[in-house]
Amino acid sequence: MHKKDIGLALLVITVGAIVAIVNPRFLSPINLANTANLIGLFGLFSIAEAFVIVTAGIELSIGSVIALLGVVFVDLIASYGVPWPVALSVVLALAVVIGLLHGWLITRLRLQPFVVTLCGLLIYRGVARFYTKDGTAGFTFGADMPTLDYLFVGRTAGVPHSVIAFAVFAVAAWFLLHRTVFGRHLLAVGKNEEAARYSGIDTRRVIVCAYVICMFLTGVSAVFFAMYTKSVQPSSHGNFYELYGIAAAVLGGFSLRGGEGSIVGVVLGVVLLQILQNLVNLLGIPSSLNFAVMGTVILLGVIADVQFRAYRERVRQAAARSALTVGLGDPAKDAA
Amino acid sequence: MDHRRNMPITLDLLGITKIYPGAVALDAVSLGIKGGEVVGLIGENGAGKSTLMKVLGGAIRPDKGEIVIDGQRFAELSPAQALGHGIAFVHQELNPLTNLDVAGNILLGREIRKGVFGLLDQGAMERHVHPILEMLGARFSPSTAASELSLADLQLLEIAKALSISVRLLILDEPTSSLTLTETQRLMSVIRKLRDDGVAVLFITHRLSEVKTVADRVVGLRDGKNAGELQRDMIDRDAMVRLMIGRDIKQFHEGAAAREGQVVLRVKGLRTAAYPSAEVELAIHAGEILGLAGLIGAGRTELARTIFGLDPPLAGTVEMNGDRVPPGSVAEAIKAGICLVPEDRKSEGLFLDFSISENMVMPNLDAVSRRGFVDRRREYLLADRFRSRLSIKTHRLDRAAGELSGGNQQKVVLAKWLGMAPRLVILDEPTRGIDVGAKAEVYHLMGELAAQGVAVLMISSDMEEVIGVSTRVGVMSRGRITGLLERQDLSEEAILHLAVE
Repeated sequence: MHKKDIGLALLVITVGAIVAIVNPRFLSPINLANTANLIGLFGLFSIAEAFVIVTAGIELSIGSVIALLGVVFVDLIASYGVPWPVALSVVLALAVVIGLLHGWLITRLRLQPFVVTLCGLLIYRGVARFYTKDGTAGFTFGADMPTLDYLFVGRTAGVPHSVIAFAVFAVAAWFLLHRTVFGRHLLAVGKNEEAARYSGIDTRRVIVCAYVICMFLTGVSAVFFAMYTKSVQPSSHGNFYELYGIAAAVLGGFSLRGGEGSIVGVVLGVVLLQILQNLVNLLGIPSSLNFAVMGTVILLGVIADVQFRAYRERVRQAAARSALTVGLGDPAKDAA
Repeated sequence: MDHRRNMPITLDLLGITKIYPGAVALDAVSLGIKGGEVVGLIGENGAGKSTLMKVLGGAIRPDKGEIVIDGQRFAELSPAQALGHGIAFVHQELNPLTNLDVAGNILLGREIRKGVFGLLDQGAMERHVHPILEMLGARFSPSTAASELSLADLQLLEIAKALSISVRLLILDEPTSSLTLTETQRLMSVIRKLRDDGVAVLFITHRLSEVKTVADRVVGLRDGKNAGELQRDMIDRDAMVRLMIGRDIKQFHEGAAAREGQVVLRVKGLRTAAYPSAEVELAIHAGEILGLAGLIGAGRTELARTIFGLDPPLAGTVEMNGDRVPPGSVAEAIKAGICLVPEDRKSEGLFLDFSISENMVMPNLDAVSRRGFVDRRREYLLADRFRSRLSIKTHRLDRAAGELSGGNQQKVVLAKWLGMAPRLVILDEPTRGIDVGAKAEVYHLMGELAAQGVAVLMISSDMEEVIGVSTRVGVMSRGRITGLLERQDLSEEAILHLAVE
């Protein structure tokens, strides 16, 4: 665990403790389960976003993709009677295709990730709204398909399955980013693409893979969201989720310049954002202030991080200086 | 302040000390300089030259010591004060704003305005800059876009920037590292002219021959301390080397005997995008060090990039041991046993924020991983082996590579490739900006590789290096190899003759 992660964990615990003290309902099983469920749902696409951000890219179409794929998933089952495993496969395949498309546009046509995914944000949202004629794709098959319902909205030993999925993907993502050759390549490409090429890394392939991983996880997330809401209203479903993911990644120590960040950090970032959301509800703060609270905390967090780093640097400097005046013998030798 | 403007400066640094965590950058260093004098400042990387210059420029506050300018004492200087006393810098790293023209770059922050709205007076700016460029003998005009300038022209632009304030002390930090011979000579005459006008010039360089031609006095730094001074008539190469490293070093020229084995690399009819009409034919044998000389822009780096698969060739083939290497893929080139130590180690060779060990194993991750998972213990052991083999001076492999000195950074780049059992090593300007000691180690390593039967291709603009190290020298001009010189025919004149063909 990085020092940064520990700081963030302390912040999560502190905020959680404050909320729990002010309003003990925070620790009620129902509230905890609900919050955990939201952490799972939002966590999936936040990890997705992190994989793109680490390559110094950005994915802005996550919310729109969640809406579009949600519509497709619901419609395949409700209107066409497609068996749900097939519908699930189709949705995940579509997600991968979108990821490949974004990666191709970015690496082969050399478009900027911001531009490509901004266009994606507009296009997928528009297609989803057109597809449903701006209506709502909804269904009632929770009762008709108990297996599907159980898998995506059920609980095991009181733990929502979204949380379990999040945990599984988070662990896999941790290994992938921090322990594999591919993860090392991701960090390398994000930190210095030119040096990565000089090291024989196929930088284009790495970047395409990052977008594919991102979209695949977004696809999984889209199914969870569709099952959670049971109806998808494409004009509002998943709005701003990409910004949510970016916020969680930045809180978790990912630099938008690429090449830095840890999965532990994103997970903690997601948890913190959901606790803040919960705090707004439980402390009776007007819910219109929701985003303002979130923004303020992120800003304070980033400022604290920068200040803390400057402070540590000063301490190191002072320690070096005093060590020098004590051992007056041969300063150059001490330094070496 | 203007009354001082035309007076020659008298500047003394007294007992300047600067401490960083874990290192004393400067330990009671003193240095004096007067108008009308050229002082060469020499020392190995990490000796404290740059830190001392930053103290002068106001970028660093010294922990102890005094700066005395014309009798006025300062504990520290702000950048504005430094500028106010006519102290101007030409930095080693070039940072032009490529979206502006030459005049805009030179007068950045001091733009000439006109009218009520304070709009830029383009005409006046160009008129102001013109005579400076004229004096420098620049081949570009004030309205040329900075993006169109070559590396050498950009260096001149930096110098013009320094001259555009009424300079009394000009500090040049490695100004010739990317200049060709003629451009260097022109710069030397500019320095002499400035000196005759009463300007003090402080000249930092690793190229000792330049110091010898232009300096009136040489000041040496070693490990952050004064190492001694040499007066004009005592300046020679050996004395300067002694000053820098505190002992004699044996000549690096190992006189590598032409021990030619079979052909390792064969390049046939290769054309690069830089010179679409020029074809390159080249063969390098096992165990030889082929120096590739030529003027900057002759197409040497482009040739290296194409052989290494970074750029696809327009035509032609690259063969390793008789097998054709699939073009345009670095991975294929590496598989064929080719490796490249790039010209710009900061942007192309290293991940400065990554640890030393991560940098060393980057192209070689497969060797330290199992089923795609990196084995961090094996990674450390491999890196540790290279640290001792290349005597990289650090006791912690998890330090960021960017914290190392230039010479040690270059060794890390070399270490990246040594683990791959390369058959052809291409080095592009391998000793640019690294100190004498590290240079000798790099040469030694090249000789060692050649002795093991590796073919070495060394691109270099340093004549002394090309002649001293190579077994054979190829000379490029405008994308073509204009000649190959055997060791016994090597001379500066012969190379230059081919380079301008």
